[in-house]
Amino acid sequence: MTSVLDRPQGRHAGAAPRRRLLVVGNGMAGARAVEEILARGGAEQFTITMFGDEPYGNYNRIMLSHVLSGEESDADIFLNALPWYRENSITLHAGVRVDRIDKFTKHVFSNDGRVTPYDTLIIATGSRSHMPPMDGLYTPGGSVKHGVFGFRTIDDTRKMVQHAQQEHHRRAVVIGGGLLGLEAAYGLKSHGIDVEVVHSGGHLMNAQMGPDGGAVLRRSVEALGIRVHTSSRTTAVLGRDTVSGVSLRDREDIACDMVVVAAGIRPNVDVAVLSGLPVERAIVVDDRLRVQDEDDIYAVGECVQHRGEVYGLVAPLWEQAVVLANHVTGVDTSSAYLGSRTATKLKVAGVDVASMGLHGPEFDTDEHIVFSEPSRGIFKSIVVRDNKMVGATLLGDSRKVAYLTQAYDRGLPLPEERIALLFDVGGPGEAVGVAELDDGAQVCNCNGVSKGALVAAVKGGCTTVSGAMDATRAGKGCGSCKLLVKQVVEWAADGAVEEDPAASYYVPGIPLDKPALMAAIRKKGLRSVSQVFTALAPGSAEDAKSKMGLASLLKMMLADQYIDERDARFINDRVHANIQRDGTFSVVPQMKGGVTSVQQLRRIADVAEKHNVPLIKLTGGQRIDLLGIPKEDLPQVWADLDMPSGYAYGKSFRTVKTCVGKDFCRYGTGDSTKLGIEIESRFQGIESPAKLKLAVSGCPRNCAESLVKDVGVVAVEGGRWELYVGGAAGAHIRKGDLLATVDDPEEVKVLTGRFMQYYRENANWLERTYSFVPRLGIEHLRAVIVDDSEGIAATLDAAMQASVDSYVDPWSERDDPLTPGQFRTSLPLTVLPQVPVR
Amino acid sequence: MSADQTDANQPSTEPVITTGHILGPVDQIPFGEGRAFGVDGEQVAVFRLRDGTLRALSAVCPHRGGPIADGTIDREVVMCPLHQHAFSLETGCSSTGAEPLRTYSVQEDAERNIVLKYPHIRGNSLA
Ligand code: SRM
Ligand SMILES: Cc1cc2nc3c(=O)[nH]c(=O)nc-3n(C[C@H](O)[C@H](O)[C@H](O)COP(=O)(O)OP(=O)(O)OC[C@H]3O[C@@H](n4cnc5c(N)ncnc54)[C@H](O)[C@@H]3O)c2cc1C
Ligand code: SF4
Ligand code: FES
Repeated sequence: MTSVLDRPQGRHAGAAPRRRLLVVGNGMAGARAVEEILARGGAEQFTITMFGDEPYGNYNRIMLSHVLSGEESDADIFLNALPWYRENSITLHAGVRVDRIDKFTKHVFSNDGRVTPYDTLIIATGSRSHMPPMDGLYTPGGSVKHGVFGFRTIDDTRKMVQHAQQEHHRRAVVIGGGLLGLEAAYGLKSHGIDVEVVHSGGHLMNAQMGPDGGAVLRRSVEALGIRVHTSSRTTAVLGRDTVSGVSLRDREDIACDMVVVAAGIRPNVDVAVLSGLPVERAIVVDDRLRVQDEDDIYAVGECVQHRGEVYGLVAPLWEQAVVLANHVTGVDTSSAYLGSRTATKLKVAGVDVASMGLHGPEFDTDEHIVFSEPSRGIFKSIVVRDNKMVGATLLGDSRKVAYLTQAYDRGLPLPEERIALLFDVGGPGEAVGVAELDDGAQVCNCNGVSKGALVAAVKGGCTTVSGAMDATRAGKGCGSCKLLVKQVVEWAADGAVEEDPAASYYVPGIPLDKPALMAAIRKKGLRSVSQVFTALAPGSAEDAKSKMGLASLLKMMLADQYIDERDARFINDRVHANIQRDGTFSVVPQMKGGVTSVQQLRRIADVAEKHNVPLIKLTGGQRIDLLGIPKEDLPQVWADLDMPSGYAYGKSFRTVKTCVGKDFCRYGTGDSTKLGIEIESRFQGIESPAKLKLAVSGCPRNCAESLVKDVGVVAVEGGRWELYVGGAAGAHIRKGDLLATVDDPEEVKVLTGRFMQYYRENANWLERTYSFVPRLGIEHLRAVIVDDSEGIAATLDAAMQASVDSYVDPWSERDDPLTPGQFRTSLPLTVLPQVPVR
Repeated sequence: MSADQTDANQPSTEPVITTGHILGPVDQIPFGEGRAFGVDGEQVAVFRLRDGTLRALSAVCPHRGGPIADGTIDREVVMCPLHQHAFSLETGCSSTGAEPLRTYSVQEDAERNIVLKYPHIRGNSLA
């Protein structure tokens, strides 16, 4: 990338030379300001150069919480990826820090030795994590101790995830019980880490709510298995080279392997201070976002102080970016930023939190309306003064937030029955609340989407909630506004909103969730997919997208009572092989536990030779894949192999990976190979809402990768076996949760079967265990599966046994095709992408 | 493309099949499934809906060449097995943004054979 220094200034033919716009800080505010400038024709006026300390494009910092919890991958959170800069002819120096500005000669100096001139400068350096003074935070060399983390950047987040996923790391302390601290705790918890939050304030999130709300929130947080210590200050981080615990004032030390410091943020003002710009708590700007007394220097975002306020949320900086762009481009020189009212709407540790204005009454004449239902995590408090709302806190139920925000912002007159502020009591429903919002009201604070923009999307034809979300990006940030987005879309579509099929239905074509669907199937005695459509689908209409899910569900529920209609199956399940990009299929024979024999290998070799198999490959599941088999050859290939199916194609039990275990390995403490083979023999081929992949390892070295399997078993010293569930290492990475430790391999099989049956009965279609387990929580699963808290263990075991008993190797259909032309080619004669022969 | 003389002279809305290609007995297609046929060098996927009626579309997915006859169907659409693009069985138009598939007129004759009448004007289905 060239800098403007290296390159003569580009000129437009006949136009005035473009001025040089330089932006320091490539975060949410800096990049948004540039977007706003471009939207006002800025590309014609300026050559734009940006410096960013982080070696990336601009990403949605808010989503780091989701990246930490594994709900989102870090690749998906970019708002402006690198190509965006290229497309807009912006020179980006990513990974380069600006050290100093010379405001007299108008140059900036960066740490790569570059000196870059500017005509107009924007400072958007944001904030950093504040490390409060305490002993042992730093190594003698001056760097932060190994195992201590801030929570601000994508790199911080990646390092935390990495650290949390190391096997011997099990306990974390989060310092700070505000938004960031709770998000960090929640995220780490989903990696199976024990988390304790140490908070110096008297209650959680004391910046956003009063003590009563804080107490309800604490209950909700503790219900997630996160311990909370309030009114306690961390005095030291323990451990010599790496963290071993923390010391608290007046309390016992807490042992831990990692410490996350989320004790507030501090604006990045070093550059401004060094360069002689006015800095108080942050860089001082006027109503035009111009740095005080400077004509050509602007600042925006968390690094600014405007009329005494410093903001720490994104909504204000969207407003700032608009005003700044109006001035920088000269499009509207009368535009002024007058500060933002901080009504915040957040999702913290899975709990909806909204807060605005006062947390409690201040005068005797103030009215205080409070509703508290701690067991459901709901708390609502509203402060009214002179019939105007001057403050509100809502926890756990955000249905009235839109209305209350507006009442607060505009000082609307309030209903006489104050309870109507808290609930929809028979009177005008929620829709009225949405109707009252005016078009400019911002619905999504992350992406700055107004009600008007959503309404326009609906009028433009997006009549599903997800469609409107895709079109406007509303709800694609922190997600806290999704309910409001839904209400607006429903209101705008005036009842014509199309049901969002993905929402709660098990399959899109039948308007029932899983329990209701299963109940209806049982009650009506339905036995086939077409019967389900006839009885339960609106207009009895078949739905292609629902067929596969229904077929799987019915087979699970009915075992051999199921009437199998082949058209309900996906092609893979019709021909028991996985379709390839060129329309051929792959054949993966069963190889239990990854153990094979001379005879098997010879037979596979012979078959591959006879059928000219284009590719023979060892799979990640410890077996051998024969790829590129034409459909019509499948029966003959199976006959020649004479091995059962390995089910590499189905939404079903797949494989059990094993390690060599105690018979050969010098560390092995259990016979993992034997147990793996037994598990695979027992559960082969059972269908489930999504794939099930298992592993058994002979010791905690975990060579079979048991911690990242749907069910993973690890032999530990003393003849005991640990059972982990909900692990994954595919599109998502998650360490499984420890379900139980048992003495007996037979017990492993029982619990494995019981867990899988519970999953089969309760998981959503295509919901892998890595989502299912955290959704229900390991404590709940342990209670049901190990302790039989619901008294259903015997029923689960019996249902699983019925499925096991009805197993038939699908490849036996080779001799007797089930439908006419089952294996007839569908391959077009035209040339298709061909799989290369290796 | 080889146009059948008789057809070319018929108005496009004419529902009666006079001549066409006989593709063999309808029973070779199970209810709710499709099978591919080579007709005059073109690949045609014929589907037999659960109500017994037939639909015919070109057999090659315009997306990446997927085998349409292996798709999953309901009464309205076929979903390509490779990347799940959906196409109307009546018009061939995609509801997921892919290029359309060609459609053909197809019927069962008195001997329970599949009769494919083509070429066919898109959007014109047999009632
Ligand atoms: C053959 C194999 C790759 C290989 O050459 O090693 C493979 C091949 C495919 N995988 Fe895989 N996966 C294979 C092991 C894995 C593993 C590792 C493992 O099983 O130990 C994973 C990570 C573990 C996991 O499942 O989470 C894996 C995670 C996926 C995913 C992501 C699932 C997720 O939710 O994270 C998909 C996509 C999906 O399921 O929707 C996928 C999908 C696919 C599909 C089926 C693509 C598709 O939808 O058609 C590929 C089919 C090729 C074929 O025609 O057979 N494959 N895939 C491996 C077969 C193992 C076996 O013997 O059964
Ligand atoms: C985990 C997390 C969760 C959050 N959740 C929410 C939420 O739910 N709702 C909400 O409203 N807000 C939330 N926030 C706050 C929100 O992310 C910030 O308000 C917003 O990112 C501020 O934008 P900014 O551009 O001012 O600063 P930043 O986004 O921090 O950008 C500043 C950039 O400037 C760079 N920089 C600094 N100094 C220099 C230099 N000298 N030279 C070059 N580059 C430099 C930095 O590296 C950084 O990339 C959250 C923040 C975090 C960390
Ligand atoms: S990783 Fe992707 S390309 Fe490779 S086999 Fe799996 S799905 Fe196919
Ligand atoms: S080839 Fe048909 S959807 Fe991709």
